[in-house]
Amino acid sequence: MSLSEFEERDLRDEDVEGEALTSRLASVWSTPQGLWGALSSVDHKIVGRRYIITAFVFLCLGGLLAVLIRLQLSRAEARIIGPEAYNQIFTMHGTTMMFLFAVPVMEAFAVYLVPLMVGTRNIAFPRLNAFSYWIYLAGGAFLWIAFVMNVGPDVGWFAYVPLSGPQFTPGKRSDVWAQTITFTEVAALAVAVEIIVTAFKQRAPGMTLDRIPLFVWSMLVMSFLVLFSMPAVVTASTMLIMDRLIGTHFFDPTGGGDAVLWQHLFWIFGHPEVYIIFLPATGMVSAIIETFSGRPMFGYLALVLSLIAVGFLSFGLWVHHMFTTGLPQLGASFFTASSMLIAIPNGVQIFCWIGTLWLGRPRLSAPLLFVLGFFFIFVIGGMTGVMVASVPIDTQVHDTYFVVAHFHYVLIGGAVFPLLGGIYYWAPKILGVMLNERLARWHFWTAFVGFNVAFFPMHILGLMGMPRRIYTYQPELGWDGLNQLSSLGALLFFASFLIFLWNVAMSWRRGAPAPANPWNASTLEWATDSPPPPQNFDRIPIVDRQTPLWREDPLPVVTGLAVSYRELVVTSLSEAAPQLRERSPDSSIWPLIAAIAVTITFVGSIFTPWAVVWGGALVAITMIGWFWPKHVSEDK
Amino acid sequence: MRAPRNVFLAALSGSLSGCSDRQSALSPHAVDAQHLLSLIWVFVVLLGAIWLIVMIALAFAMLQHRDDNRKSNEGVASTVVSICAGLTGLIVIGLTFVSFAGQREMQRRDAPLLVRIIGHQWWWELRYADDGQNPAIITANELRLPAGRDVVLNLESADVIHSFWAPSLAGKKDMIPGRVNELKIRAPQAGVYRAQCAEFCGLQHAHMGLDVVVETPDRFEAWRIGQAASGRAAQTEEQRFGQDVFFTRACFACHAIRGTRAEGFVGPDLTHFASRMTLAAAVLPRTRGATAGWIADPQQLKPGSHMPLLPLSPRELNALVAYLESLE
Repeated sequence: MSLSEFEERDLRDEDVEGEALTSRLASVWSTPQGLWGALSSVDHKIVGRRYIITAFVFLCLGGLLAVLIRLQLSRAEARIIGPEAYNQIFTMHGTTMMFLFAVPVMEAFAVYLVPLMVGTRNIAFPRLNAFSYWIYLAGGAFLWIAFVMNVGPDVGWFAYVPLSGPQFTPGKRSDVWAQTITFTEVAALAVAVEIIVTAFKQRAPGMTLDRIPLFVWSMLVMSFLVLFSMPAVVTASTMLIMDRLIGTHFFDPTGGGDAVLWQHLFWIFGHPEVYIIFLPATGMVSAIIETFSGRPMFGYLALVLSLIAVGFLSFGLWVHHMFTTGLPQLGASFFTASSMLIAIPNGVQIFCWIGTLWLGRPRLSAPLLFVLGFFFIFVIGGMTGVMVASVPIDTQVHDTYFVVAHFHYVLIGGAVFPLLGGIYYWAPKILGVMLNERLARWHFWTAFVGFNVAFFPMHILGLMGMPRRIYTYQPELGWDGLNQLSSLGALLFFASFLIFLWNVAMSWRRGAPAPANPWNASTLEWATDSPPPPQNFDRIPIVDRQTPLWREDPLPVVTGLAVSYRELVVTSLSEAAPQLRERSPDSSIWPLIAAIAVTITFVGSIFTPWAVVWGGALVAITMIGWFWPKHVSEDK
Repeated sequence: MRAPRNVFLAALSGSLSGCSDRQSALSPHAVDAQHLLSLIWVFVVLLGAIWLIVMIALAFAMLQHRDDNRKSNEGVASTVVSICAGLTGLIVIGLTFVSFAGQREMQRRDAPLLVRIIGHQWWWELRYADDGQNPAIITANELRLPAGRDVVLNLESADVIHSFWAPSLAGKKDMIPGRVNELKIRAPQAGVYRAQCAEFCGLQHAHMGLDVVVETPDRFEAWRIGQAASGRAAQTEEQRFGQDVFFTRACFACHAIRGTRAEGFVGPDLTHFASRMTLAAAVLPRTRGATAGWIADPQQLKPGSHMPLLPLSPRELNALVAYLESLE
């Protein structure tokens, strides 16, 4: 190596200025053009955008299924859909919405935004990130291809045994469900690890723990929930596949197994799951409220502690899904107490948000409008949550439309409304264009009215005795009127999403270009162009306050990173003091190849247990390729 | 013979169409359901008030136009938020105790009537135990109970998880294979209620209903004695032919009629089929036409039902229905 080559290689960002720096970094960090480049990209923004789009495709598919459900239930003894199709449709609706939309879309936003918000150039383990997306895509495609081929699951998104077991659901329907879970959980676990490491070790210098944006805090807590809850459901679904494929008896009472064991394992995952979806949404609410009230968050510390408290408490609530299984009274009441307890940190969050609005000067733009809708709907869902937490009340409302109403208020109100607000808020950053405000308001009001008309009557239907998961009901039960009303609301709610898609499509084509910081927000993702360049930032910013962009003088930066290869700063966990310069991986096709090998193994293993053996070998080969040493000097 | 039965059926269909409150937590007809409804109202009123206060606070925060000193306002906000958080704590602790008290209310009973209810895909088997005076009886899809007496239901399942829920009488409880769950109920007055399976149990989960008939103790005892008897022998020519059809067409392989050689246990016991109000797990009123329609094509009414379609000639079908209709 000649001296000049050596100098060239060791060129740092303090040696180059302005345009030259930008173009050098952009060429180092950019994803190559063409199909090969697209398939081997490890840029968190490209992967994150794919994740978001894919999740919204699944939202639309799941929403279409919901419309079919509402059509069938709009009158008594309707014969639009038979029980066989109906059971598949509601199973697909639940599975798609929970596993293919809600969790992935939140992770998608984390993948896109967390590296920008903490001021780094790429997510930690970017190849794992690419792998995670391919696995998620494969899992979702697997489920939907199975559905189209009429082997879609029909045992509910909760797949209770023994109904989902080998005796009562022969064929492959339950296996498809169980293996879809494995796919999506592997993807989710990978993202969780990346987010935790990015938030802990890649923060911009000076971003101490008490300066981390609340959005990043919420994604961090969510990632820990994923890490500790998902293994329970992967274990459970694997045990189910073993019961079905190789004749074990984990859940078969006649073979010494236990049907209720499944419910414990499923809900030990299933309840944190609700918070895996809800906590990121609170991060979006915090970001939007801070920006649109124009002042730093009131009660930042209380909000962070609430997030962490909710994270811990969410693991102690699972039994409230099982109050009618005949548990000991005192034991069940313990879970009433823990379920009620979680209302306290959630309440503190609501109070702090209202306090911030009160102390600030709120500007009512589309994002804030959706957050107001969130307050209206989610607080109702929280209140009915207190009701279902009570053992005696739950014996009446459990497994009825009251619960269907409750969790749609919590999940749509608590997660989808903030998410839509978040999209109006971050779309300028991600797409580089402003979304149309007038269409956004139309979208909000149709969604808000449609949602409430669709779901509020379900509370009453549940109390009137209508159980969940029934494909029809008899006319003499008197449920027609409210069901009809609910179906009309559902159509309106569905139409609101058409307005949304129209808005995104139109604005994407001819919306006004977005400046770097259109909302005058305080966090680092707004310090770079819209959309951000491949390197995110030309120089890594220094953070000296909670709201780094709300300052008079220009943002201070650190220098010293290489400009000829991918490099980022690793900082200490609590103080975010710079520790070392770390290589960040280049594009690679191996994550895709590894994901294909894992997909072959997972799909194969629902047909033969031997797939685990030869599939394991296949995966091992791709891993060797992935990690083959390339003789680059690491860790300078 | 015919006239009174028609009157009864007319009254029955009237009660079926007019009674949307037979299966509703909002129209309680037993102590437990009454307690539960009161508890629900306590929660709804209190929580509704809290929701309203939060919404008013939010509206106030959005609409105020303030231009005074920020520091002191932040102090006020801290105080208000701390008080609200404290109140939230007190309220949830209070509600936890209210809930616990409501739960204890439902368990202090003695000397009950014992009934085993066994869930099947997609019907209910009922077994009344031998209590010394009355022999054990087995019936299906219609739970008869004496008014004003404590009843203990032992809930079991023969296949997948079901859940017994008669909202007008009490909260629900699951029926789990390999376990026996207990549910205590007590209905003070006579009346006809409806229970429905509340845990997703497969294709016909929607059509797994159960009539719950609460009667005066006298009438209940009379019913019980009647149920203990064997099935009535066929009387007319048509009924005898119907009985032959029952055996030659293998209905007996799944259904039992005590006093005959029909001892199948896969489907509901039909010994006193004609004493029941409804058909196919409380899906249709038990009229002659409905019975014929159900037997002619069970998959039309309950697609996926385990009852097979048996090709019968119209004559065979009519005779079979006539025989079943005689099993009072």
